[in-house]
Amino acid sequence: MRETSDSSCEVVLPDALLRLYPEAERRLTVSAADVDALIDELNQRWPGMGTCLRDSRPSVRKHISIMIDGERSALETKIAPGATVYVLTAVSGG
Amino acid sequence: MAKRVILLIGTKKGTFIAESDEGRREWSLKGPFCDAWPINHVIGDAATGTIYAAGGNEWFGPSVWKSHDLGETWTRSGNGFNYPEGEDPVKSAWSLAKSHGRLHVGVEPAGLFVSGDDGEKFEHVESLRAHPSRETWVPGAGGLILHSIVPHPDEPDQLWVAISTAGVFHTADGGKMFEARNKGTRAGFMPEGMQYPETGQCVHCIVMAAGRPDRLYQQNHTGMYRCDDGGEQWVSIEEGLPSEFGFPAAAHPHDADTVYFIPLNGAIEGRYVPDGKAAVWRSRDAGDTWTALRNGLPQENAFFGVLRQAMATDNLDQAGIYFGTNTGTLYGSRDEGDTWGVVAQHLPVIHSVETMVIDA
Repeated sequence: MRETSDSSCEVVLPDALLRLYPEAERRLTVSAADVDALIDELNQRWPGMGTCLRDSRPSVRKHISIMIDGERSALETKIAPGATVYVLTAVSGG
Repeated sequence: MAKRVILLIGTKKGTFIAESDEGRREWSLKGPFCDAWPINHVIGDAATGTIYAAGGNEWFGPSVWKSHDLGETWTRSGNGFNYPEGEDPVKSAWSLAKSHGRLHVGVEPAGLFVSGDDGEKFEHVESLRAHPSRETWVPGAGGLILHSIVPHPDEPDQLWVAISTAGVFHTADGGKMFEARNKGTRAGFMPEGMQYPETGQCVHCIVMAAGRPDRLYQQNHTGMYRCDDGGEQWVSIEEGLPSEFGFPAAAHPHDADTVYFIPLNGAIEGRYVPDGKAAVWRSRDAGDTWTALRNGLPQENAFFGVLRQAMATDNLDQAGIYFGTNTGTLYGSRDEGDTWGVVAQHLPVIHSVETMVIDA
């Protein structure tokens, strides 16, 4: 298990993404100050995952929702220590 | 040596692969591959046996999938499909061409990318979207897509691409600059007096004649065309066909004068085969005269269309020709279109059909 720190959060990845990255963990702990940094961290662990979640505008992809405390987040949204971040595939994309 | 004939089928729900021997009488089918993503185009490199599939998933964006073992295992890359910050991002990969050690990819919104490392990382060919006409490009019914990529077989720096709706463009310097190649093609949806612009034509498909790189055939939103000069001047070849509207074109693999189209009933009439009777139309004289090929195709109550990348020929001596419908049936002929049979049915909407012939 990764060592956690004060700025760490829990991230939950969606099934559709895990199909592309079967070696990835469904639930993991990440240290990131905002959503943009969170995606950087995911991309570092599993190269290519970043482009699945963030487009070149740059923005969270249109049919991806990143939810923190029940709110849909943008790249610049801050992540409070201890928060749980859900990465969701929007129903509109299916 | 005996051959394996592979059909590569891109559909709304993944890639499928059909296979037969040289006789092309019995076909096996496997799939769906690529996680059942929408796949717009699948090609094979017969020299290596590698299969490439271009598509896009609404969630995760554009990707090119690759298989070195005829579909048993796949890898995927979306690495580098980036437009400049602030622009609408690349939504989907639409078309593929492998030539001279490079893999070109056409995308939506229309643009061109190239990979020099066999599809691991892609770089934007910026000059195309820097064309002065770019502001006037508008989406067709399928989106603003770059759907046709035609490399010159002998000269690596020459390449033609086609965009709906923007027209045909050509580069002679490896992509540093693109020039429009639309003279003689009609934008029939524009007002009178404005139907022959430099760009803005709704080209649906372009293909190159066998052994004759200066000859291209084109299916347009309004008309079928041929050029014999690399696209400098197109001439209409639609006389004798039942309509000016259709999507795919296919060039015979050995005879530069033989070409196939599938005219549909019209752009605003439903876009299905005329009178509900399916036919592939073949010319043996570069478009001067046409023959309807119907033997084995449904001749009543057929209301399907065939999309722009969904017809192809194989390269056997007696060429096979194949097309897939938007209702999920794949038809094939092993005698150059004289007779037809069903290769597969009940598939998802078929976006593309390509062939790869390899040693058994």
